[in-house]
Amino acid sequence: MTIFLRAYLVLIFGFVFLPIIVSMLFSFNSDRFPTLPMSGFTLEWYQTIFADPDFWRSAKNSLIVAGSTCIIATFLGFCTAYTDYRYSFRGKSLFLAIILLPPTIPLIIIALAMLAWFSRVGMSGQIVSIIAAHTVLTAPFAMAIIRLRLSQIDESLEAAAWNLGASEWRAMQEVILPFCKPAILSSLFLTAAVSFDEFTVAWFVSGLNKTLPVHVLEIVQGTIDPQVNAIGTLVFGISITLVVISQLLIFFRLQRAAS
Amino acid sequence: MRRLNLYALTFRLPIIIWQALFFIGPLLFVIAMSFFVVKNFRMVETFEFDSWSKMISRDFVWSAYRYTLVMAGSAAALASLLAFPAAWFLAFRCSAQARQLAILLLIIPFFTSYLVRTFSWYTILAESGVLNGGFALLGLGPFTMLNTPFGTLVGYLTFVLPLVLILQTVTMANIDDRLIQAARNLGCSSARTIRSVILPAGKTGFIIAALFAFILSFGDFVAPFYLGGSNPPTMPILIIDTTKAGQQWPRAAVVAVMMMLTLFTIAFAAIMFAYRKRASR
Repeated sequence: MTIFLRAYLVLIFGFVFLPIIVSMLFSFNSDRFPTLPMSGFTLEWYQTIFADPDFWRSAKNSLIVAGSTCIIATFLGFCTAYTDYRYSFRGKSLFLAIILLPPTIPLIIIALAMLAWFSRVGMSGQIVSIIAAHTVLTAPFAMAIIRLRLSQIDESLEAAAWNLGASEWRAMQEVILPFCKPAILSSLFLTAAVSFDEFTVAWFVSGLNKTLPVHVLEIVQGTIDPQVNAIGTLVFGISITLVVISQLLIFFRLQRAAS
Repeated sequence: MRRLNLYALTFRLPIIIWQALFFIGPLLFVIAMSFFVVKNFRMVETFEFDSWSKMISRDFVWSAYRYTLVMAGSAAALASLLAFPAAWFLAFRCSAQARQLAILLLIIPFFTSYLVRTFSWYTILAESGVLNGGFALLGLGPFTMLNTPFGTLVGYLTFVLPLVLILQTVTMANIDDRLIQAARNLGCSSARTIRSVILPAGKTGFIIAALFAFILSFGDFVAPFYLGGSNPPTMPILIIDTTKAGQQWPRAAVVAVMMMLTLFTIAFAAIMFAYRKRASR
C-alpha cells in the first residue's frame, strides 16, 4: 500500500514538474520542433532572444513594472496590515474585503475592467496602468505576509515606546518597522515575482508597452518557437531567485530569533 | 476604540483611495459598461439592455457558458480526487520535514510562467510531440491530445493541482490526531477512517480547495485556447474575442458580468456548505 502511494506521489509530482523540466531541456535542443529522441545541444535559442531588441524592450518594461509594483504593493500591504493589527473600527471587514478580494476575481475580468476603465480616464496603454493594475493584484499577498509578522509582535512593545515618550510616528519608526523588516523585504520579492509573471491583465492594458510575458504570449500565438523555452527558463531563474531570497530572509530571521 | 487622528488615517486612507481608483472603480465600470451601446464604432454611455438581449438570445453564448461550467467543474473534481491520495500520504505517512519539503516543491510551479508551462504541454501533447514520440518507441499511437477537452483539462490541472494538493495536505495535517487514533482504536479500517473522520473533519478545507480550483479554471483562457484549440470556446475566450477582435466592449462586459454572478453564486453556496455545522445525530 505504502509503495503504491509513494509511486503515486511521484507520478503526481511528475505531472506537475514535467512541463517545467521539458521546457528547460528543450531550450537547449537544436531541433526546431521538440520531439523524442532529443537532437543536439545548442545555445541558438538563447542567442536568438538576446539578439532580439523586442526581448530587451519588454524585459526592461517588466523590470520597471515589477520594481514599481513591489514597492507600492508592499507599502499598501503594510498600511493595511498595520491598520488591521492595531485598530478596530466600524466597517473594518468591508475595509479588509476590498483589499483581499482581487485574487478571487478571474484575471480576465479584471483585465477587461482595467482596459475599459483606463481608456475611460485617459490612462490607456501606459506602463503606469500596468503598475496600477499589478499593485491591486499583489497588495493582498503583501498584506498577508506582513500581517503574519505583526501577529508575532509583543503588543506591549509599541505601548512601552509611547510610555517612554515616543510619539506614534517615532514608535512606528523605532519599533514596528524594524520588527517588520524581514516580512517587508520578503513581500517586496514575492510581489515582484508575481508581477513579473502576470500576463493576462498586462496583455489587455499594456498597448504598445508590452512586458516580457506579453512578448511570450505573442510568440506563442504565432508558431512553435523554442525561444519560448529559453525565455521561460530565464524568467524561471529570475523568479525563483527572488523567491529563494525572500524565503531565506524569513528563514535566517527565524533562526536568529530562535538562538 | 481609539480616536481617529492623522496617524491612523495615514495608514488607512492610501489603500482606500487606491482600491477605489483601481479596483472598485474598474469593477463597477465593467458592470455599467454592459449597458452601454456601440454606435459607429464608438461606445456611447447610456443605459440600455441592447448588449444583454443580444448576448442572452444567442446559443453560442449559452453553449460556451455550459461548456465552461462543465470543464471548470470537472477540473475541480478531478484535481480534488487526484490530489487526495497524495495529500493523505503526505499528511499521515510522511515526517513533518518531508511534508514541508513537498509543500515547498509544490510552491515552485507558481513562480514559473504558466504560459511557458502551457507551451511546454503543447510540445509534449502534440501529434509528433514528446509523449507520442515515447509511445512510438513502444509501437503505439500517435494519439490526438491537442485541441480536445482532454488538452484543456491537462492545462487546468497544471494550474490548479499543486494548489489543491497543498491545501488538502495542510487540511489533513491539521486534523486532530486523537480523532484518527480513536477511530483506529474503535476498529476502523483506513477507508472507514477516511469516510467517517477525515472527510467530515476536513470538509471546509476540501471544499475551499475545490472552490479555488473551480474559480481559477473558470477564469483561465490559456488552457482552453492553446491546448483546447478554442474548440468550443470558453467564456474567457469569448471575452477576448469580443474585446480584441470585435471592439464590442459592452458585449464582453455582459460575459464578464455573467461570469461574476456565476462565481459569486457558486462561491457563496460552497462557503455556506463548507462552514455549515453538521446536524448532530
